[in-house]
Amino acid sequence: MVKLNINGQIHDVASEPDTPLLYALREDLALNGAKYGCGVGQCGACTVLLDGKPVFSCLVPISVVDGRAVTTLEGLGSADKPSPVQRAFIELQAAQCGYCIPGMMVRAEALLQRLPSPTTAEIRAHLQPNLCRCGTHMRIVAAVQRAAELSKSTAPQKI
Amino acid sequence: MSQKLPDANLTRRALLTTGGALVVSFSLLPSLGLAQAPPADTVSPQPSPPQPLPGSLKTSPMLDAWLRIGADGSVTLFTGKSELGQGIRTALTQIAAEQLGLAFAAVKLITSDTQQTPNEGYTSGSQSMSDSGTAIMHATAQAREILINLAAEKWGTAADGLQAKDGSVAAPDGRKLGFGELVAGQTLSVRAGSTSKLKMPQTFAIVGKSVPRVDIPGKLTAAPSFIQDMRPAGMLHARVVRPPSPAAKLLRIATSAVETLPGVKKVIVDGRFLAVVADREFRAIKAMEALAAAAEWSESPSLPKQSEIFDVLKSLPNKVYTIRDDKGPAGAVTKSLEAAYSRPYQMHASIGPSCALAQFSDGQMTVWSHAQGMFPLRQAIAELLTLPEDKVRCIHVEGSGCYGHNGADDAAADAALIAIGVPGVPIRLQWMREQEHAWEPYGPAMAMRVKADLDGDGRIATWDYSVWTNTHSTRPGGAGSTLAGQLKAQAFAIPAPQIIPQPAGGGDRNIIPLYKIPNVHLDHNFIPEMPLRVSALRGLGAYANVFAIESFMDELAVAANADPVAFRLKHLEDPRARDVVSLAAEKFGWQAAAKLGPGRGHGFGFAKYKNIAAYCAVAIELEVERETGHIRLLRAVAASDSGQAVNPDGIRNQIGGGIVQSASWTLHEAVAFDTTRILSRDWSSYPILHFAELFETVDVHVIDRPGMPFLGTGEASQGPTGAAIANAICSATGVRIRDLPLNAARIKQAIGV
Ligand code: FES
Ligand code: FES
Repeated sequence: MVKLNINGQIHDVASEPDTPLLYALREDLALNGAKYGCGVGQCGACTVLLDGKPVFSCLVPISVVDGRAVTTLEGLGSADKPSPVQRAFIELQAAQCGYCIPGMMVRAEALLQRLPSPTTAEIRAHLQPNLCRCGTHMRIVAAVQRAAELSKSTAPQKI
Repeated sequence: MSQKLPDANLTRRALLTTGGALVVSFSLLPSLGLAQAPPADTVSPQPSPPQPLPGSLKTSPMLDAWLRIGADGSVTLFTGKSELGQGIRTALTQIAAEQLGLAFAAVKLITSDTQQTPNEGYTSGSQSMSDSGTAIMHATAQAREILINLAAEKWGTAADGLQAKDGSVAAPDGRKLGFGELVAGQTLSVRAGSTSKLKMPQTFAIVGKSVPRVDIPGKLTAAPSFIQDMRPAGMLHARVVRPPSPAAKLLRIATSAVETLPGVKKVIVDGRFLAVVADREFRAIKAMEALAAAAEWSESPSLPKQSEIFDVLKSLPNKVYTIRDDKGPAGAVTKSLEAAYSRPYQMHASIGPSCALAQFSDGQMTVWSHAQGMFPLRQAIAELLTLPEDKVRCIHVEGSGCYGHNGADDAAADAALIAIGVPGVPIRLQWMREQEHAWEPYGPAMAMRVKADLDGDGRIATWDYSVWTNTHSTRPGGAGSTLAGQLKAQAFAIPAPQIIPQPAGGGDRNIIPLYKIPNVHLDHNFIPEMPLRVSALRGLGAYANVFAIESFMDELAVAANADPVAFRLKHLEDPRARDVVSLAAEKFGWQAAAKLGPGRGHGFGFAKYKNIAAYCAVAIELEVERETGHIRLLRAVAASDSGQAVNPDGIRNQIGGGIVQSASWTLHEAVAFDTTRILSRDWSSYPILHFAELFETVDVHVIDRPGMPFLGTGEASQGPTGAAIANAICSATGVRIRDLPLNAARIKQAIGV
């Protein structure tokens, strides 16, 4: 059994150790956030954070993940308590089919943790690995900017 | 546009008792002295309404096909259309809530399901608003009047002055009766009338508002939203193994090693249809790989040379459909121009590969699919499995955006063919990325040729246009239109390709220029033989026809020494067309002699989609890096007119998304193949637009036309965008490129640096 640390919770999963993290998330843990898009690291639909860094979960076998902190879309927030990134995407209606958006949001989260006020150019460069086929890009970029504003206004004030 | 309904009187009310439950049937009868029609639950002898019914009421005229009111007053709406990411759930709900005087959240919507909803064919052609939206608007307006009449009857008052509001009918004196009490849980077994008492647009509280889409919060917080997220108890995972090339023949296959792999439940070899079923998803993938390795194929060339595809297509037998042959007086010709354009095979390339679930239990096959038409799919699957149609149920569940006929139907047929051999078990079939790229039906290649003459006033005197292409829809279509039907041992013949007649058109969609030209000859050269598997890609022929027409309009403008926008306006009479062109130019800041920076250009494109749907004009500014041929997209400004704008933000999202998608088609996309195999098998061999190449700004201006018919929008901006980009490249470099895609290599070569 491989132990996975997903969104702060430890799980024993039944998948074989060579199973890509994507399948363990979707099958063992019934999490919907990470999506299958290509399985070969070309689209970003499966993006999760591994120790805070965005990775393609379709490429990472769970044996490698063992114990490291994995954050999925579910770890950002929920329908009742959406994170700033989620609130921003909902506010700007930044989705058409929405299939690519979870990967976009998770990757954006990594950027905002590192760079709380990114420029448009920085957002675009950061999102470069992720593909969207519906052409939602403009709203996605705007939503990440909006998320940066929301994060600041909700961040605990330093005295 | 409120039309007073002449025939919306409640003229008969039949009370029947069945099984202890009170069944109330209402009958709305035309006021033509037909008051003695039979009760509405014996539907067939009902008199036909005097006028054709609006939208999809034509094919599903009973009101209870569209909405049901529960005893608790809950309102459920039914549509035969599907949410494809275009926001249709939200827009249809808005329309119903508006007409029923309900809060938006009070309406529940059920989408395409062969057991529950009306049959509205396919969700395609930007027709959901005009078909289903129109039907729902009228059905709910008529239901509202029935409810009001019922209340009037109960109170013994006149219906005038009664209002439907927040789930009740209210009288001026404050009395109220809930919808649920009024219908007592019975269905509205009423045939729709041809006209309805529609609410006046100026009183709209919900239609015309950018109501946030109902599906977005769930999708963005990881709620199960997509077919890929379905996990019924006991589900097994299936994968198919496809031949390496379209004509490959299976020589031999040893399955025993695959059958003994961990978790493998079944291996299927049925002609060239190969599949595995396993208990876990990654085990199914490993089994798929093992089965692929165990198969020996003999491949042979069956495809034309990619570099010669247009010559090949033009050399194949075709049937000429002359779409228009207008002759009129024209001034003396001073200049003549001719040009040829082309569009390669392009793919839908959905971000999420196709997926389907199927379960065969007690002789009944249930299929969950993200295909665009559940009823046609049911017919194809029934034929594939030799089951009666009533033993097949197809339920739409969202997938990722499909943009036409992608692999969804094929995946559904695959799942059904697998599931029938594993009775009682839900089978989830997920295509791999490579399968989606290599096997989906592509948007057909198209060749266009156009000749025109200008008169001394710089007007177009003659216009002669031809397009050569395959069919633009091979949608089911029967079992033979599915891959499973084509690959299995007892294969079904591929149905003969059909044209899609005007006004919608297929390869000839948007072939008719909207410009005023006295002499027009238009030929659609329909090529039945399909060298590559093709079907409907968003916009069908419209994208490439508009690309050619609007590129050529710029070529003519140059020849006439005219500004491209002014040249278009000079030939446009339709005031709504003029409005979108003028608005886009104004918001863009179009200048007659553009003083753009070095390497910069601007371009314009316009079309009325299908000549019957939304109007859209797009202006684009870009920069060309001469040394590399790389394009930097700067600005896109669009103006659109979709008639009554139900959800303006939804329209902006669709138009804006269409612009970006079209930029990807236009700058990058072509399916690559050699004479044996499809070579575009992933995102590196079929590149699409990345964030780095994105416009700096995209602005969409929606012209609202309150009370006017809904005009479909989902495919309105792609054609104008393609042309605007080509025109902007020409404006920046002086070089006209007529073959899509306008990629860096082509641009660099054309500039000749
Ligand atoms: S699914 Fe992992 S990158 Fe595409
Ligand atoms: S919103 Fe559909 S792929 Fe991005």
